[in-house]
Amino acid sequence: MSTIERRKERLDRGIKVRTEGIYAVSSWQEVTYLVLPRLILIVGLLLLPLLIPILGFSPYWKRVVSMAAIYGLLALGFDFLAHFVGLVSLGGAFFIGVGGYTAALLNKSLGLSPVFTIPMATVGGAIICTLLLLPALPLRGVYFAIVTLMYPLAIMRIIEALNIFGGTDGILGVAGFPNTWIEQYLIILIVIFALFGLRRLVNEDIGLVFRGVKDNDQSVRASGLSITLYKAIAVFIASGLGCLGGAYLAHIYMWAGISQFALDFSVIPIAATVIGGGGTLVGPLLGCFFLVPISEWLRTFGTLRIVFYSVILMAFIMFRSEGVMVYAQRKYHQFQRWVKV
Amino acid sequence: MSEGNILEVTNVCKAFGGVQALLNVSFNVQEGEVFGIIGPNGSGKTTLINCITGFIKMNSGKVLYKGKDISYKAPNQIANLGLTRTFQIMRPYYSLPAYKNLIIPLFSPRARRKGGWRGGGKLGDRGTVSIDILEEIGFERDSFVPYKLASSLPTGYLKRLELARCLALRPDLILCDEVFSGLSMSEIASMVPLIEKLQMDGITLVMIEHRLRELFRVASRVMVLNFGEKLTEGIPEEVMADEKVKEAYLGSEKLLDYTFEA
Repeated sequence: MSTIERRKERLDRGIKVRTEGIYAVSSWQEVTYLVLPRLILIVGLLLLPLLIPILGFSPYWKRVVSMAAIYGLLALGFDFLAHFVGLVSLGGAFFIGVGGYTAALLNKSLGLSPVFTIPMATVGGAIICTLLLLPALPLRGVYFAIVTLMYPLAIMRIIEALNIFGGTDGILGVAGFPNTWIEQYLIILIVIFALFGLRRLVNEDIGLVFRGVKDNDQSVRASGLSITLYKAIAVFIASGLGCLGGAYLAHIYMWAGISQFALDFSVIPIAATVIGGGGTLVGPLLGCFFLVPISEWLRTFGTLRIVFYSVILMAFIMFRSEGVMVYAQRKYHQFQRWVKV
Repeated sequence: MSEGNILEVTNVCKAFGGVQALLNVSFNVQEGEVFGIIGPNGSGKTTLINCITGFIKMNSGKVLYKGKDISYKAPNQIANLGLTRTFQIMRPYYSLPAYKNLIIPLFSPRARRKGGWRGGGKLGDRGTVSIDILEEIGFERDSFVPYKLASSLPTGYLKRLELARCLALRPDLILCDEVFSGLSMSEIASMVPLIEKLQMDGITLVMIEHRLRELFRVASRVMVLNFGEKLTEGIPEEVMADEKVKEAYLGSEKLLDYTFEA
C-alpha cells in the first residue's frame, strides 16, 4: 500500500444557488442554505444588547456595543471605498468629526432633537466631506489615502488655533438618548441596514460602475461615464455612513470635541477589514465587533494593551491574511470530503 | 466642414517632452467608410487615437466630429457623442463576468438616452441586452462564455469584448486600436466578417492595424504615419506602391508581395 490512500476532494456547491439574479427558491434546503448565514448574523447582532446583562457584564459594555457598531459603519464605508471603488480612505476620523460637530452644532444652536440632527448631520456632513475631498478625487491609491489622512489632522488644529466650536473644550451639553436600549438597538439596526444596503448596491448596475472604476478607470471613461462623478457619489455614500456614526457618537457622549478627529477612527476600521476580510462587507463589520471589545477588555493590562493588540493583528495578518470572512465564505460554499485514491 | 465627413482632424501636434509624437497630422474620415491608419512601431498611431478621444491632451490642433469641435473635451463626453474607441492593450473589468462588463457602458448617458434594444429600457434589463450584444459580437449565447470572469477569457474574446463595449454605446464611429493583434489566423479570419458587418450597420470605422492583408480587405482608404508625421494617404494599392512608405516599412521590398499575395 502506498502512503497516500486518501485525498481531500473539494467541490463547489451548485452554481445556481450562488449566481446572483437566479433565485434559489426551488427547495427549502436551498433557501435555508442562503438565508441561514444572514439570519445568524442579524439575530446575533440583535441579541447582543440582551446578552450583556444576562452574561453579567457591567453596564459599561453597553456603550462598547454602540461603539463597535459605530466603528462598524466606518469599516463598511472603508471596505466599500477600498474594495469596490478603489479609493483607500484614511478619512474615518474626518467623517466622524464632521458628523459629530454638525450634529452637535445643530442640536445646540438650533435646538433640534436627535431625531432631526442625526439625519441632517448624515446628509449635511456627507456633502461637506465630499466637497472637501473633491479636489483629491483624481488621485488614486496611497495618494488619496494621504490626503484623507491630512484632513482630520488639519481640522483638529484649525479648531484649536482659531478657538471655534468651543475650542479644545468642544461642544458640551448635547442632547442624549432617552435610554441605553434605544441607543444600542437604533445603531445596530442602522448597521444591519447599511450592511445589506451596501451589499445590494454593489451588485446593482451603479455598483458595477463603481467596481469598474476600481478595475479599470480608463475603460469607464471610454464607456462614456465620468469617473470623478462616480467617485464623488461613492465618497458621499461612505462619508455619509461615517458622519452618521459621528453624529451618533456626539449624542451618545452628549459632547463633540476635537478627540473625534482622533486617528483611532481611521485605523481601527482598517484593522477590522484586515481581520474580517476585505471585499466581503460583512467581514469588516464583524471585525469591529471583535476588535473594539478586545481593545476595551485589554485596558486592564494598561499600556501593555497595545502589545497584545499588535500581536493579535500580526497573527491574523500572518496566518489568515485573506481575512476570516473570505475564508469562511469559501468554505461554506464547498463540500469537502475524503475520497479513496 | 465638407459634406460627408464624420471626422476631420486638422494639424494635430503632440510632444512628450522632447519627443515629437505627432506633428501636424491631418486627415478626414467619410461617413460609413473603413479608414486604416498604418505605420511602423512608434509612429504615433495610438497617440493619435488618444488625442482624438481626449485621453491625451494634444498640444495644438483641431478635431471636428460631425462638424462639432471636440478638440479638448473629456473622454467620457466624447464617448457620449458616439465616438468610441477600443484599447490596444485590452482594458476589460477583470473582476466582473463578461456580460457584466457591458452593463457599465450601458449605464452611460448615451446608452440610456438611446434606449432601444441596446440601451435596455423596454426590451429587458441591461443584463439581457448585454448578452444580446455579446452574441452579436461572437460570444456563444448558450455557453458559459458570457458568464465567465473577464480574467479567465482568452485574448480573442477580450478583443471582442473591447468591440462590444463600443457597441453598447451605440456608436457612430469606432476607433479600433489593433483589434487583430495577438490573434491567431483563424481568429482573425472570424473577426473580419464582424468588421464588415459593423460597416454594413452604418458604423464608421477607423482601424489601426499591423495586419495589412486583413486591413486592406475591409479598408477603403489608408493613411501612413512615420515618426509622428503623415507620409501619405490614399487607396491601399497606391499607398503601398509609394517609395516613402516602402522605406518607412523596414525598407522592405518584399512588402508589396506579401501584402497582395492572397
